[in-house]
Amino acid sequence: MSLLVLQDVGKEFGAIRALSHVNLTIKPGEVVGLMGDNGAGKSTLVKIIAGNFPPSHGRVLFEDQEVHFTRPVDARSVGIEVVYQDLALADNLTAAANVFLGRELKRKVGPFSFLDHATMNQRTAALFRELKSETRPDDVVRAMSGGQRQAVAIARTRLAKAKLILMDEPTAAISVRQVAEVLDLIRRLKDAGIAVILISHRMPDVFSVCERVVVMRRGTKVADKPISQSSPEEVTALITGAKEAA
Amino acid sequence: MSELSPATSSDTSDFSNVGRARWWRRGFFASQTAYVAGALVVIMIVMSFLSSAFLSPGNLANVAKNFSFVGIVTLGVTLVIVTGGIDLSVGSTMALSAITCAIVMQALSGTALDGIPLAGMLVSLAAGLGVALLIGLANGLLIARVGLSPFVTTLGMLSIVRGLAYAVTEGRGQAPTGPDVNLFYDITDGNIAGVPVAIIYLIVLAVIIGVVLHHTAFGRHIFALGGNEKAAALTGIAVERVKIAVYVLSALSAGFAGILMVGWLGSAPANLATGYELTIIAAAVIGGANLNGGIGGPAGAVIGALLIEVIRNGLVLAGINAYWQIVLVGGIIILAVLVDRLRTLRMTT
Repeated sequence: MSLLVLQDVGKEFGAIRALSHVNLTIKPGEVVGLMGDNGAGKSTLVKIIAGNFPPSHGRVLFEDQEVHFTRPVDARSVGIEVVYQDLALADNLTAAANVFLGRELKRKVGPFSFLDHATMNQRTAALFRELKSETRPDDVVRAMSGGQRQAVAIARTRLAKAKLILMDEPTAAISVRQVAEVLDLIRRLKDAGIAVILISHRMPDVFSVCERVVVMRRGTKVADKPISQSSPEEVTALITGAKEAA
Repeated sequence: MSELSPATSSDTSDFSNVGRARWWRRGFFASQTAYVAGALVVIMIVMSFLSSAFLSPGNLANVAKNFSFVGIVTLGVTLVIVTGGIDLSVGSTMALSAITCAIVMQALSGTALDGIPLAGMLVSLAAGLGVALLIGLANGLLIARVGLSPFVTTLGMLSIVRGLAYAVTEGRGQAPTGPDVNLFYDITDGNIAGVPVAIIYLIVLAVIIGVVLHHTAFGRHIFALGGNEKAAALTGIAVERVKIAVYVLSALSAGFAGILMVGWLGSAPANLATGYELTIIAAAVIGGANLNGGIGGPAGAVIGALLIEVIRNGLVLAGINAYWQIVLVGGIIILAVLVDRLRTLRMTT
């Protein structure tokens, strides 16, 4: 069974062709690196999978069913979560409030339902322990480091029981030690049977956690091969166009 | 690092590099609301020494009543401000709700409804609040659905609603009449155990809004909208519905306060609460609500409204020209925000 299949997907914005004839298959629990220069079509591809907009051509299948996402909520409802580069957190709320935002745990008291702060804090603390992140559930996000914010954003996706997690440059703005933590987390997501698409510019990250690397250039897929049969040099050549395809 | 102390609770004791601010530097104690409350206490103590009349029961009741009207509306407007919006139409809404309530009461007196106890009054209260509801709905739909700017939308609504208040009454004040009019005065302008009912309404509403903001999903979504509207939408929060709801609640709080003012004045003039929107927004901001959204609460709304009224009252007792009060209120707004700015600068360096 395939988790996600893109068949001949294309996207045009007016006269601009951002993506053409992309075929991509992701299996459950697979970690795939998505690489490419700025403007290569990575973001467009990710936004189609995440449901920000539908493709102009082609079909998207999730768990062998054709899906038509028009809003991010549609993609989330089938089990696709995104960790955005700007992390999409509410700075004025606590870590626990952000993790549970939009799916708060509530306790019924008569006809009213109130937030269950204690349980949300405990479950958030457990998620942070799992991520080995030194982050307090009741601390406000505004005061947090880049790595802590990353942990909050990742904890959100863990809570959602996602089947496929799209990570947009998760290691771009954090410390060396935290990069290792995030990469460890990706390995643990894989162990838990969760597929990850890692969008990254960092060659070492992709080559240390991914099984497969997909390279985009000028809106088309120019390579899709196992990491073991590729090399950073080859990928660099593919990204820049020094090598046409592989 | 001197401002950080090692974590003490058991589950966080293993944090090697994440310190925690001391208790007076986080939570409520570190908020603008807290130091404005402190300033309020100091001002009240100084005032009681300067003027023996300040703490007299009559003056306190007067202060309580005056600030309650503004305070109730500030509660509603604070919700809007927390989402990152603004509501300039509340002063006009107070007037049109008050006028509608009084006119409906006049129209119903002498009809068959007189025979049914309370019917006339309840219908007129519902009419007054209903008008507020419609105004709030119009604001909310234009801002959330159509995507107009809150400032421009509610500025337009300020003018439309004030104009309607004049057009409907042709400028004449409307007095409530009918069989229930004494009861109407009791519930809007009465006293319970010597305490004006207006301040009781204010406190009850403040507690309810506090619970809603901090202990319900709706309240959390209000804060999320002000913190990062895009993130809120991405998590699946019904952004439009929350926005419409806060403008409706803001208008309802204005309508309610307007009706209370009818009881206090014994009449609903078309110029009722003219310019109140500025005092109300000032009260919210002094109390710590951030016009960029994401920060604010009922305690701040009440404290901000009280501070403005206490200072106004103090100037009256000191015999200072009423025009200077306006100047001073403006000065306090800037001072409160300035102190907060300096304080956050110090904490982040």
